[in-house]
Amino acid sequence: MLPFADTQFVEATWIMIVKSLVIFAIVFGILPILTVVERKLIGRFQHRYGPNRVGPFGILQPLADVGKLISKESFRPANAVSTLFILGPLLPVLSGVLALAIIPWGNVQDGVGLYGIDVPIGILYFFAVGSIAFYGMLLGGWSSGSKYSLLGAMRSAAQLISYEVSMGLALLGVIMMSGSLSLVDVVEAQGTIWFVIPQFVGFLIFMLAGFAETNRTPFDMPEADAELVQGFMTEYGGMRFGSFLLVEYMEILVVSGIAAAMFLGGWMGPGPGWLDPIWMLAKMFVLVFVFIWVRATLPRLRYDQLMSLGWKVLLPLATLNVLVTAVLVVTT
Amino acid sequence: MSKANGSAGGDGFDPKSAAYLDSIDVVQIQRGPEPGGVGGAYRAFGETLRGLKTTMARLIEGPLTIEYPEEKTPVYPRFRGRHKLHKFEDTGLEKCVGCSLCAAACPADCIRVVAAENIPGDRVSAGERYAAVYEINLSRCIFCGYCEIACPFDAITMGHDYEMADYDRSDLIFTKEMLLAEPIERTPLKSEGE
Repeated sequence: MLPFADTQFVEATWIMIVKSLVIFAIVFGILPILTVVERKLIGRFQHRYGPNRVGPFGILQPLADVGKLISKESFRPANAVSTLFILGPLLPVLSGVLALAIIPWGNVQDGVGLYGIDVPIGILYFFAVGSIAFYGMLLGGWSSGSKYSLLGAMRSAAQLISYEVSMGLALLGVIMMSGSLSLVDVVEAQGTIWFVIPQFVGFLIFMLAGFAETNRTPFDMPEADAELVQGFMTEYGGMRFGSFLLVEYMEILVVSGIAAAMFLGGWMGPGPGWLDPIWMLAKMFVLVFVFIWVRATLPRLRYDQLMSLGWKVLLPLATLNVLVTAVLVVTT
Repeated sequence: MSKANGSAGGDGFDPKSAAYLDSIDVVQIQRGPEPGGVGGAYRAFGETLRGLKTTMARLIEGPLTIEYPEEKTPVYPRFRGRHKLHKFEDTGLEKCVGCSLCAAACPADCIRVVAAENIPGDRVSAGERYAAVYEINLSRCIFCGYCEIACPFDAITMGHDYEMADYDRSDLIFTKEMLLAEPIERTPLKSEGE
């Protein structure tokens, strides 16, 4: 097995462009559906229907929402720092779109790799790009010139520090078992057994850290609608606010995609080769369902509980997981 | 504060003594294990799974929503909704004789009755007199049902309609014709034993 992705495999530029456009179109088609699905599922979890008035089964609800957000005034507080304030929502969008590139939808088929790009450093790229989103939140929160925004931004920064480490360590076990950083190789290495079984602890830690990474309940401290009035988003309105929401769903998709590729065998599944992206999407949706399920279940953690969970439970557990995996990989 | 505590101790109520504990009702409080630590994390994980199970059960049960405008909540038979005035089914004469007892009983003072003499040959009600004007101001009505109790001829009863919202206050003053008319849409009634 190669230690890194096959760098000799080069595609024509036009194929790359078409590929990125297709991925972009599909994902941005999924995102609005995801918002409805989440709201409907949350409703079902609470004995109600969720949105079902706009269009059949409420399918057109995101159109109405986006229409409303776009038609709203792009309000900006007087003491906000204008350029950074505008940059705030843009950076997370950028980070989400960049991270989408490495999600593998399938291996090379007919000379076309069914992924945005198979970077040799795969997972490192995901971490590097994923952290950019927090710059956006931090900048947005700070430049809003509001206490709540600043508090939310500081919380998200603290949260990032607490969880990024365990998240990385959780994936380290998988990387050691597959012997590659490239997501395509990691998926290929799961031909016999999905890594979710030998790396179950890693999977749990990754998902927990994923909740924190995407600012979802029970770790939605930066947003905390009850006490911080949406945290760093407080002063944002209209489509700027909308893009923060959009990014949240995009991050859910990305984290689900990475988890599906690293732990759930990615595109592996019975059926012909063209089913591979469908399998990947199905696994992602299972994980997205878990995200929504957890949101419907758990209350928001207190700030100190969040910190102690990150530093006192997840980090030692992830380290232990890495050590045990390392010993097992070396001895067997 | 400390002085007060000291004097209480001097009166023989030493909270630590066994005799003191026997003299009062001791309620055993069951406390959960201390949070934190490895055990705490393990228990929190278990409780999380229990919570996830609970919400999943709700998902499987399905929604309990009554989609209101399309689907109306059934009311109990004795539900006090909008008033109805009644006529005799055989003769078609109004039951109301314009006695104004309902208006007298009304605590919200929302009923106005103006009585008139029945003309033989063109009778409106079964009695000597009839209600020439019978108005209920539903924006004032508190739906107490006293009018129904006060009526000696069961001419006015509380119906089951509860959809009386309107855009204008003056539209909420229901006249005799409106109260005599059958409601356009019947409110569903709860079935027996429901």
